[in-house]
Amino acid sequence: MRVLILGIAGGIARKLALRLHAAGHEVVGIDVRPWHDAPEGIEVHRVDVRKRAAEDVFRRRRPEAVVHMATVTAFTVRGGERGRINLDGTKAVFDHCATHGVKQVVFVGRHTFYGAAADSPLYHSEDEPPRALESIPELADLVAADLYAATALWRLPQMTTAVLRLVYTLGTPGTGTLATFLRGRRVPMVLGYDPLFHVLQEEDVVTALHLALEKQLRGIFNVAGPPPIPLSVIIKGTGRTPVPLPAPVLSLILGRAGLPRLSVGAVDHLRHPIVLDNRRFLDATGFQYSYDEGRILRAYADALPVDRTGR
Amino acid sequence: MQTRGQWYGARVSLDDSLAARVERLELPFNEYGVDPYGISKKHLKLALEAFGLLYRHYFRVRCVGAQHIPPRGRAMLVGNHSGGVAVDGAMVLTSTLLEMNPPRLSQGMVERFIHKFPVASLWASRTGQFTGLPEHARRLLEDDRLLMIFPEGARGTAKLFRDRYSLVDFGTGFMRMALQTRSPIVPFAFLGGGSAIPTIFNAYALGRLLGVPYVPLTPYLLPVPLPVRLEIHYGEPLHFQGTGDEEDHVIEGYVQQVKQAITRLIETGRQERQHRREQGLLP
Repeated sequence: MRVLILGIAGGIARKLALRLHAAGHEVVGIDVRPWHDAPEGIEVHRVDVRKRAAEDVFRRRRPEAVVHMATVTAFTVRGGERGRINLDGTKAVFDHCATHGVKQVVFVGRHTFYGAAADSPLYHSEDEPPRALESIPELADLVAADLYAATALWRLPQMTTAVLRLVYTLGTPGTGTLATFLRGRRVPMVLGYDPLFHVLQEEDVVTALHLALEKQLRGIFNVAGPPPIPLSVIIKGTGRTPVPLPAPVLSLILGRAGLPRLSVGAVDHLRHPIVLDNRRFLDATGFQYSYDEGRILRAYADALPVDRTGR
Repeated sequence: MQTRGQWYGARVSLDDSLAARVERLELPFNEYGVDPYGISKKHLKLALEAFGLLYRHYFRVRCVGAQHIPPRGRAMLVGNHSGGVAVDGAMVLTSTLLEMNPPRLSQGMVERFIHKFPVASLWASRTGQFTGLPEHARRLLEDDRLLMIFPEGARGTAKLFRDRYSLVDFGTGFMRMALQTRSPIVPFAFLGGGSAIPTIFNAYALGRLLGVPYVPLTPYLLPVPLPVRLEIHYGEPLHFQGTGDEEDHVIEGYVQQVKQAITRLIETGRQERQHRREQGLLP
C-alpha cells in the first residue's frame, strides 16, 4: 500500500514511516520541516500541505492511504498561523484526498478535544461534545479540525475515514506536550488538585496508528493505553519534584523560575482530568499496549534524568 | 466498643488494622496503588484513619444488616440523607470498609460543586466519590462497583431538624439506571444525622456566595457535627425487572417501593433506638 504521511518529520510520524516501510508499504511524506537522515526508500517532500506543491504530491504519487499528522499545538505555533495550519491545512488535506482518489484517511487528533471541566464525566466516550473551550481558546482550532475531519464520514462516504483522538504521548525523546512539560527538575501542579493523566508510550502510538491503517478503521476512536494515573505519580515516577502552587501564583510564574511554559488557559488541564474510554478502539483493532504505566515512567526517567536536562 | 451486648463502632474491623482493610479491597490497583478511576490506596488509608476514628469513637456508629450488601458485584446502596453536611455519606462509606468482610468501597455520586473546590476535588477523586452523572453511575456499575446514592439529593441534606426523619421527593434516575444495568438496590436508613447537625436554617444566599447550594446553620451557628450516636440499617436487596425504558408511572411505582423500604428501616431503627433507650442501653 502507498501511504502518504503528512507531518512526517515529527517524532512519532518518523517512527510510523519506518514501521510501515519495514512492513513492506511504500511511504511518502510531506513536511515543512526537514528529515535529514530519512532512510532510502522513504520519499520526503519539504512542502507546506496548504500549498500547490503538496497537491502535486497527491497528484503524482496517488497515495492509497493518508495519515494526517500535520497539526500543531499552542506550544509550537502561536497566534493565527496555528489556526490556519490546523484548520485550513486539514481542509486542504481532505480536498486533495477527495480529488485524487485516496481510499483511506487517518486523522490523528488529540484527547484534549474533550476539554477539562469539573463537571465532565471522568471517562470520555467518542460521542461526547467538546467542553470548556472558553477556558482554553487556543485549543479551538484543533477541536475545529477534528470536527471538520469527522464530516468526511458523511461528506466523502467513498473514503474510509478514521478520526483518532490520542492521549498524551510520553516517549523517550522527550518531545510532545506532556513530555516537554515534564522536562525540568521541578514540575508545577495546581495546589489542591491532582488530575488523572492518560499517557501512551510512543512505540504504542505507532502500533495504534499502524493498526488503524491495517484494520481500515472508519469512524471516531479514542486511543489510550494503560489506565490513567495522577499527575503527582507521573512527576515522581519520572524522577521530578512536584511543586504545588495556588492557581493565581502558577499563572503568574509559568515559564519562569525553572518552571515550564504553559498557556494560562491550560492551567485547567492541571486541575481536571481528561481520560478516555477506548473500548471502541480496542474492539475494532485488538490493540494491546506493550508499555504499562510503570514502564512508561521509568523509560522516560532513564532517557531524560533531571541532571541531564540542564535545568 | 460494647455496651451491654450492643455493638457500637465496627466489630469486624477490630480483627485487622485499617490499612490492612484497604489492602484487602478487591480493586484493580496498579503498582502505584491507584485503580483505573484514580482511587488511591494511600488516600483511602488516610481517609479511613480519620473516618474510622469518627465512626468508632465520636459517633459510635451502630451498623445493622451489612450482610445484605453483596460481597462482590454491582449494587446500589440507596438511602435517606440525614444531616446538613455529608456525614451520612462518609459514615456509610466507612461502614462498608469496616463492617464488611471482605471490605468494599462504596462510591458516592456527589454534588457537582465538590469537584470545583481545590482539596475537596482531590480527596473526592482519590477516594472514588464522583460527580453524580449517569455516565459515572453506568460505568461504575458495569465495572461491578458498589454505588452509594441518596436520591433526595441536596434537598435531602437541607432538611431541618424538625424534618430529620422525613423523606423528600426521590429522583427517578437511579431506578432507570438500576434496571438498565440489572443492579440490585440495597436500601438503607441513616439515623441520627439530623441530631448530629441540628439545622435550624439554611442560608441559601450565603451558599451562593461561597459556591455551594446552601450553608446549614445550627443553634450554635456552624454546622459542626455533635457527638451523637448514629445508626445505619441496611435492608435486604431489592431486585427490579425491566429495561429502564418503562413509562414514568411504572418507574415511580418502583421508586415508591424503595422509598417505603427505607421508611420501614427508619421506623424500625427508631423503635429499636427507643427500646434501647427505655432499657437504659442508650444515654
